[in-house]
Amino acid sequence: MLNRLLQHAPIAPTRRQFLLGAAATGTGFVVGFRLPGGAASASSASSANPFAGYVRIDADDRVTVLSAHFEMGQGSYNGLATLVAEELDADWAQMDVEGAAGNTALYGNLAWGGVAQGTGGSTAMASSFERYRRAGAAARAMLVAAAAEAWGVPAAEIAVAAGEVSHPSGQRARFGALAVAAAAQPVPAEVALKDRADWGLIGNPDLPRYDSRQKVTGRQDYTIDVQLPGMLTAVMIHPPLFGATLRSFEAGEALAMPGVIDVVETPRGVAVVAEHFWAALQARDRVVVDWDDSAAETRSSDAILQEYRALADQPAMAVARADGDAEAALGAAARVLEATFELPYLAHAALEPMNAVARMNDDGTLEVWGGHQLPDLYQYMAAETAGIAPDQVRLHVMKAGGSFGRRAVGDADVVVEAVSIARALDWRAPVKVQWTREDDTRAGRFRPIYVHRLRAGLDEAGNLVAWHNHIVGQSILAGTPFEGFLVTNGVDLTSVEGANNIPYAIPNIRVDLTTTEVGVPVLWWRAVGSTHTAFAVEAFMDELAEAAGRDPVEYRLAMLADHPRHAAVLRRAAEAAGWGSPPPEGQFRGVALAESFHSYVAQVADISLDDNGRIKVERVVCAIDCGTAINPDQIRAQMEGGIGFGLGAVLRSQITLTDGRVDQDNFHTYEVLRINEMPRVEVHIVESDAAPTGVGEPGVPPIAPAVANAVYAATRQRLRSLPLVNHGAV
Amino acid sequence: MASITINGTAHTIDVDPNMPLLWALRDVLGLTGTKFGCGLALCGACTVLMGGFPIRACQTPVAAVEGQSITTIEGAEGPAADAVRDAWVSLDVPQCGYCQSGQVLAAVSLLESNPAPSDADIDAALAGNICRCATYHRIRAAVHDAADRLAG
Repeated sequence: MLNRLLQHAPIAPTRRQFLLGAAATGTGFVVGFRLPGGAASASSASSANPFAGYVRIDADDRVTVLSAHFEMGQGSYNGLATLVAEELDADWAQMDVEGAAGNTALYGNLAWGGVAQGTGGSTAMASSFERYRRAGAAARAMLVAAAAEAWGVPAAEIAVAAGEVSHPSGQRARFGALAVAAAAQPVPAEVALKDRADWGLIGNPDLPRYDSRQKVTGRQDYTIDVQLPGMLTAVMIHPPLFGATLRSFEAGEALAMPGVIDVVETPRGVAVVAEHFWAALQARDRVVVDWDDSAAETRSSDAILQEYRALADQPAMAVARADGDAEAALGAAARVLEATFELPYLAHAALEPMNAVARMNDDGTLEVWGGHQLPDLYQYMAAETAGIAPDQVRLHVMKAGGSFGRRAVGDADVVVEAVSIARALDWRAPVKVQWTREDDTRAGRFRPIYVHRLRAGLDEAGNLVAWHNHIVGQSILAGTPFEGFLVTNGVDLTSVEGANNIPYAIPNIRVDLTTTEVGVPVLWWRAVGSTHTAFAVEAFMDELAEAAGRDPVEYRLAMLADHPRHAAVLRRAAEAAGWGSPPPEGQFRGVALAESFHSYVAQVADISLDDNGRIKVERVVCAIDCGTAINPDQIRAQMEGGIGFGLGAVLRSQITLTDGRVDQDNFHTYEVLRINEMPRVEVHIVESDAAPTGVGEPGVPPIAPAVANAVYAATRQRLRSLPLVNHGAV
Repeated sequence: MASITINGTAHTIDVDPNMPLLWALRDVLGLTGTKFGCGLALCGACTVLMGGFPIRACQTPVAAVEGQSITTIEGAEGPAADAVRDAWVSLDVPQCGYCQSGQVLAAVSLLESNPAPSDADIDAALAGNICRCATYHRIRAAVHDAADRLAG
């Protein structure tokens, strides 16, 4: 799929290759960038949104950022609005953001080389820090030029502040009043960006999030809220086993039920289509489906885990890192420690169950509404499903009720469902496909099961001289459009990230990977590889510090001389948490450090223990270095949320299979964190002028080992598998 | 036919009496601020107020609210609703926002019966409302802030 995408995509642009371009719209103007040599115009001609840019200014004075990145709660829209408003000198209250799609030249993720539009890997700010600031600056210059012309004054005498353009003569105008004239101005070939010292919005800890009010009044629309004239609602019947296929179905009884329109076959199961959701749901139970299970996965998760344990003791399939000779160093070490860490399948369980809406228009264009985390891919998949050209597809990128990675899938699951249902109905009505919670929980796309087999060698003084980590688990990327990018020499980078790049100065390191073949679909889950590698690495590091008779913070710092950013966040979290002085009476403390998505995070967890041996996480102190802090309060929010999201999986969440069937279905069986288990969280952001890096995911990885290490401090028990509920610890 | 007052307006709804209030609100009346998260009263996304108390609209048949007065997020008003919303905005509680209609209404109901809740009171009152973004830390702070606004 991505091969085809790449054929359509322009040559991956570098930031310097961008020239500015602008286009007039009906009521204002948009500013974007164009590639030199006409590459972008060629792309525009074949894309669904030929005139889209980065910033639109309308006559009503709204400034709308057209976002290359998708909003699932992580604040990317707020971040891009901040970048644009900063350079535009806009009034923060006039800012709005819309999801954009359909133009890889404009919206390709630059952290991915610009080859496709998408949101993932905590890259939104890294991808767009330059281009959206440049867009804001260009729009500002064109507004100034328009005002200079209208007022007959030199542009250099014109000032812009808080959404108003003014001249010492007393002339002044809001952006909206200048928008049409600005569109006729030449686009500056190059613009100067503000010095960091002049920033008023970027880095401002008091800048409010632009969309909070609509989210507390019920006015924020998500895909589930899309309502179109004549729209029908469909619920799916998916195969009960992964890999089962449809043989036949009998829908006579369902079709006789009130409000039911049709029952149709799709490439992903049977769809029950009705006038509204409730009618479809009622009828779903009456459809009798015959599935062909001959190629289905029928193993239980316990059996899979047993196989992984056996594989972990066998020679690995691939080597992810080899420094020195770990095997020889283990043989020569004064002491060798071994431990095995195990992690379960996890569901994303975003609160808005998966959904999409498709409508074929009279002119042959297809519109698809959804939480389109990978818009370019979904545009092509929608086109293929509809049997039309990609440039006939227009995506509406909706804000999503959470994702955590779930809405970025190589096969465009709900998009394909919505389009194929609408097509099966001969396009006679728009169709919303809406999954139930049970559909969502059982549909796979899980964080894979992993087993880590770790061995470490200490010298006489307790120094770490050898490290061997054998990771066993499924590849997230095998068989997806991303395989070619991120799987090299048999190593899926998402399986080993956080393990192959451990920062500690250990002379002999070997990280091995055995990739398994299991018929359970797997996917990235917020923080991806580091969700399991950080647990194994940092919990084991705690064991080694203890074996060496050293303090866990000091032990790590001694091996971080060449990694000052790691060391700085570890020191910061430890100091803020009062590491070195005892925790409050009855409480116990653990620490962990993890780099993910080019950001550095350390966390110190304080837990208490009740008389039944059950733990409660009381407080987490978190330090992060994510380079330039664009929205400090949103960084705090992502650390708080990442800790809570991760903690749910530490304590309770797990997907298990019995004979191939998912045992969990809803929130009583797939338990997630609730408010009564949420600790107090304190976040410290390291001041930095470095380029901005990830924020949405890096809060997750350290919480599991920090809590596990605190549990050891409390109980002298090493709990090496998650979730802790399996150990009776919660 | 069911007669229900929703946000102060009388409605006569002609649907299957077993249809959950959630779907009558969303698919029949077009009031989409009330969200679907689980369908089993496990997540609280569909929370609405009946007589000031939170109920889960996904497990409440239309027939069960015949003659009742229902408040949804679109219609919540009064000092507690204002204080909660202002506190939520002031602390930027929402991330994705999908659960927040339910969180706000649960908090409004809590403050109307308990003007100065402790952390434990808040946890007990809101434990039925899942937030997958885990904004719980700020929810707790915002309930306290709203209580202060109401008291002040």
